[in-house]
Amino acid sequence: MKTHSKSKFIAQKADPIFKLITALCATAILLITAGILVELIRGSGMALGKFGFAFLISGAWNPVTQNFGAASSIFGTLVSTIIAMSLAVPLSLAIALFLVELANPLVRRIIGNALELLAAIPSIIYGMWGLFVFAPFMSKYIQPMLAKTLGFLPLFQGPPMGVGILTAGFILALMVLPFISAVMRDVFQMVPSVVKEAAYGMGGTTWEVSKNVTVRYGISGLIGASFLGLGRAIGETMAITFVIGNDHRIRSSLFAAGNSIASTLANEFTEASDPLYLSSLVLLGLVLFAITLTIQIGTHLWLKRLKRRAGGGL
Amino acid sequence: MKRKHLLSVLSAILLGLGALAVGSQSKAQLSTPPIEEIVINGAGATFPYPVYSQWAYKYNRLKGLKLNYQSIGSGGGIAQIQKRTVDFGASDAPLKRAELDQSGLVQFPMVLGGVVPVLNLQNVKSGELKLTPQILSDIFLGNIKNWDDPKIRKMNEGVKLPKTDITVVHRADGSGTTWIFTNYLDKVSSEWHQKVGAEKAVSWPVGVGGKGNEGVAAYVKQIDGSIGYVEFAYALQNQMNVAKLQNKAGKFMLPTIDSFQAAAASADWGNAPGFYMVLTDQPGETAWPITGASFILIYKDQPNRKLIKEMLEFFDWCYRHGADIAKQLQYVPMPQNVVDLVNSMWKNEITSGGRPVWP
Repeated sequence: MKTHSKSKFIAQKADPIFKLITALCATAILLITAGILVELIRGSGMALGKFGFAFLISGAWNPVTQNFGAASSIFGTLVSTIIAMSLAVPLSLAIALFLVELANPLVRRIIGNALELLAAIPSIIYGMWGLFVFAPFMSKYIQPMLAKTLGFLPLFQGPPMGVGILTAGFILALMVLPFISAVMRDVFQMVPSVVKEAAYGMGGTTWEVSKNVTVRYGISGLIGASFLGLGRAIGETMAITFVIGNDHRIRSSLFAAGNSIASTLANEFTEASDPLYLSSLVLLGLVLFAITLTIQIGTHLWLKRLKRRAGGGL
Repeated sequence: MKRKHLLSVLSAILLGLGALAVGSQSKAQLSTPPIEEIVINGAGATFPYPVYSQWAYKYNRLKGLKLNYQSIGSGGGIAQIQKRTVDFGASDAPLKRAELDQSGLVQFPMVLGGVVPVLNLQNVKSGELKLTPQILSDIFLGNIKNWDDPKIRKMNEGVKLPKTDITVVHRADGSGTTWIFTNYLDKVSSEWHQKVGAEKAVSWPVGVGGKGNEGVAAYVKQIDGSIGYVEFAYALQNQMNVAKLQNKAGKFMLPTIDSFQAAAASADWGNAPGFYMVLTDQPGETAWPITGASFILIYKDQPNRKLIKEMLEFFDWCYRHGADIAKQLQYVPMPQNVVDLVNSMWKNEITSGGRPVWP
């Protein structure tokens, strides 16, 4: 009799309780995000009141005269991310295709494990390696070579210091590469073999099948992977702080130092004692939040459009 | 049945824990705790952290007092002592008398250090290059862009200066070191005063920023033709190339512990309200022009008499017996005349429950 009533209790009450608990956890995520947004808006109120939208285009950053602007930070964030993505996405695509289509199982396993190891390395290690190993390499070999071949462009002029926006972009590329290629590899593995075999059956070469079938099929997954990497690159702090040079100026040369929103916050937040300085830094954080949100919304809309056009697929 | 048992066991455990907690609390309030149980908390500047933590360790071995110091930066130290979350704050940038009075704080200098220009120049040995205040400010303003500039060559006849571009390295983060350095440049260059000013973080006209003294040292060691500024200890530990700087008396000085002490000794501490003294550009014959003191901030009116007594005993011990440890770590202990002034300030200003605490 006891067991009968207990199982009836569980059957009647357990399901609603389970639903309630999981719903609470999910709501907690919404509440935390909303809480962060509210705090950011509250903290940046003073700076918003003083500078308004001019904050976004002002290139000043003067703690002495209390004049602050986000332009150089936004510029540095965007440029280093663009450099990182233009290197990382093609390379990740190549690595993922190699791993899925061309490599033999042993090589696939070894490289796959190495990729995951690389993704797990903490970003500050990348920063220190970048400062002590990569930056001298850049200043001794890569930057002089770029200056010799492409030096007529203002992008590659100026002294080869080793640290700067270009080096920061390269380090970022190295950081997001394993992440993007791991997700892309998973996407390619999900392409059903029947589709590929049908293409091979019609006489397609490996290159044709990869280009027209595999990549096409998984295109929304690939774009999703790239934007995941983009989201990581935009907010990356410690790796960039070591090698970007931390100069609050917009310069035309990639060899020059710059700064990103995350690196400015990491450097200056603890010592910012006046209220307006602090408020401007919080406003910078809000700007970064807004940029990330915009990219996410843009990704969703783009993927929706792609899905509609491509028909089936992942 | 089983559930009821579990509940009763749990509630018994909780009650027991609660009783223990209440019991131990009331025991502590009944009598003043022995010195082993007093914990002094401080926070502030990163510059003196190595010497403060060594002093605290030594004193703990001798007398049993526990001292925690968190190096969160001068700004953080001032903020925390004003919020009364710590017993003392530490800052490289002193507060003015008006600010001290407003918060009911007093400050006193604890240890000295120097900020030195460090270089990365091929074929130039450490201590060989001579810089005047005008050349130094022109370099950091971006007016002098190359090491081969005639102004530098004039001061350094016989030194093989390369034709390299000058890369200025400054601090990316706000810091007391920057405060001291920009304070000096602000004093010696009217152009710097107009264009940049003196603060823990400024808008640098040129150059790249390293994170912390370590970051600046790392950048300078890597970039050929660079010049930066670091605390003296970092220059020594990283065996960096330092430059001679001309002081107010006109002599070219190398940064040494004696030259820092000379800067402090020639300063007029007696007439400095609230010990507000910036030791840059001091008039002594052998003074190093970019010297700075690190200050301790405490409240005038102390609620816990035992705590403040122990804290002042500790600071006094550091003054009288901590000099060797300080020198070993490349810090400069305060000269005796300043220690006497600080002791008399403690006697006159620090009270607890209306009565003076020191001696």
